[in-house]
Amino acid sequence: MKDLSTRLAAGDVLVGDGAWGTLLQAHGLRPGEAPESLNLSRPAVIEDVASLYLEAGADLITTNTFGGSPARLRQFGLDGQTEAVNRAAVEAVRRAARGRAYVSASVGPSGHLLKPYGDAEPAEIAAGFERQIRALAEAGADLVCIETMTDLAEALLAVRAARAAAPDLPVMVTMTFEQTRRGFFTVMGTSIEQAARSLAEAGADILGSNCGNGSRAMVAIAREFRALTDRPIAIQPNAGLPESRDGALVYPETPDFMAEQARELLAAGVAIIGGCCGTTPDHVRALRAVVG
Amino acid sequence: MSLLRDIAASLQRGEDDQVAALVGQALDDGLDPAAILHDGLIAGMAVVGEQFREREIFLPDVLLAARAMYAGLGLLKPLLATGGVPTAGTVVIGSVQGDLHDIGKNLVGIMLTGAGFEVIDLGNDVPPQRFVDAACQHGAGVIGLSALLTTTMPVMKDVVELVRSRGLEGRIKVIVGGAPVSDAWARQIGADAYGYDAASAVERVRALVGAQA
Repeated sequence: MKDLSTRLAAGDVLVGDGAWGTLLQAHGLRPGEAPESLNLSRPAVIEDVASLYLEAGADLITTNTFGGSPARLRQFGLDGQTEAVNRAAVEAVRRAARGRAYVSASVGPSGHLLKPYGDAEPAEIAAGFERQIRALAEAGADLVCIETMTDLAEALLAVRAARAAAPDLPVMVTMTFEQTRRGFFTVMGTSIEQAARSLAEAGADILGSNCGNGSRAMVAIAREFRALTDRPIAIQPNAGLPESRDGALVYPETPDFMAEQARELLAAGVAIIGGCCGTTPDHVRALRAVVG
Repeated sequence: MSLLRDIAASLQRGEDDQVAALVGQALDDGLDPAAILHDGLIAGMAVVGEQFREREIFLPDVLLAARAMYAGLGLLKPLLATGGVPTAGTVVIGSVQGDLHDIGKNLVGIMLTGAGFEVIDLGNDVPPQRFVDAACQHGAGVIGLSALLTTTMPVMKDVVELVRSRGLEGRIKVIVGGAPVSDAWARQIGADAYGYDAASAVERVRALVGAQA
């Protein structure tokens, strides 16, 4: 398999995977249980989910480490096992991918608000990201995927941690924006322009957005990023915003609808197209068909 | 009263020391603590809530304004308690069992406090029984439940059922909210209301309390 950076530099478009949480629930993740605990207790489940996305045609498969920073694991009493939890996640995806897909090492927000808005010490959060990312890199991840960030300051801590702990790996950062009357902003008030400039300056190789929006709004976000940066853009929409039908929570966008929007994303010059909440292997299959 | 307007304006700018100083000054001037609360702090938070709802300002601005509000409230609370000033009502809030997310729930707590409610915040990962026990203990008419995960949403139903099985239906109302929660979900589990965001949660709680009075 060619190096990821080489492929992106050549203008290749890659397909990401879809949601993990719902599939882990279908495989027995219990309410209130840390999803990351399955990396240690039931690695075969992680391998199964990764296989579903590999078979669906994903080029990048995400590790089950969104909440794998010590700050998040501490809430479940698992922070002492940060290295083991993250290592096991990479190893499971590597076994499933068998060299046919890149292992995308997920790093989510710490779950704490940084000072002065919250109680979290930035230095402590940064050290936690570094610890997580070092474990992910040492286990053989192909890229660092910092995702669902809403606080630019925290995203920058994570990017710098990645540069320090995994200097040889490409770093992808995607933030979550909301549509307002004045354009797209994160809930913390970061604009796409601020994100594009600051994240690139901090050393991010791939920029973009995931979660928070369906694929139509993501087309608008992608176009804004394209106008602001020359770096590869990654877009991973939700399958729309959740609706309740007969008491069950349903994400409304079908694979066909998302595939249609993916054509717009391709036209906007997006380099990595995947899915977030509510997307399934069927969505990934539809994206694969569009990307070719 | 310009001093009260200054308090409201200072609160909106998130100036906690200044708000505390102005509230102290207002008390020294002999102003009614209830007036300082309503026309200073609550009036300021109402503007902050509305601006956040329209995303003219963002979460950091709200959190700084909240800190300023609490700085003022800390000075007023002892006086309000002894003065027998009625609050808008008491609300018990928390994130349901298994859910460790609390930013949205905290925001609702801030807005309820800013609207004059007495808020008992039980934190996150709260089992159903604790919600109901706390509501009884504090004489709360409303329980506010938050969940950010589809996996923890079902716990909301357990709380509603516990309120019923203890014969408290009608006396304790339940409002639910959180990213995956919807109006239809609230109806399906038999909750009394759904708060789309922090501002609408305050409106709904007000309506619930009004209906009880």
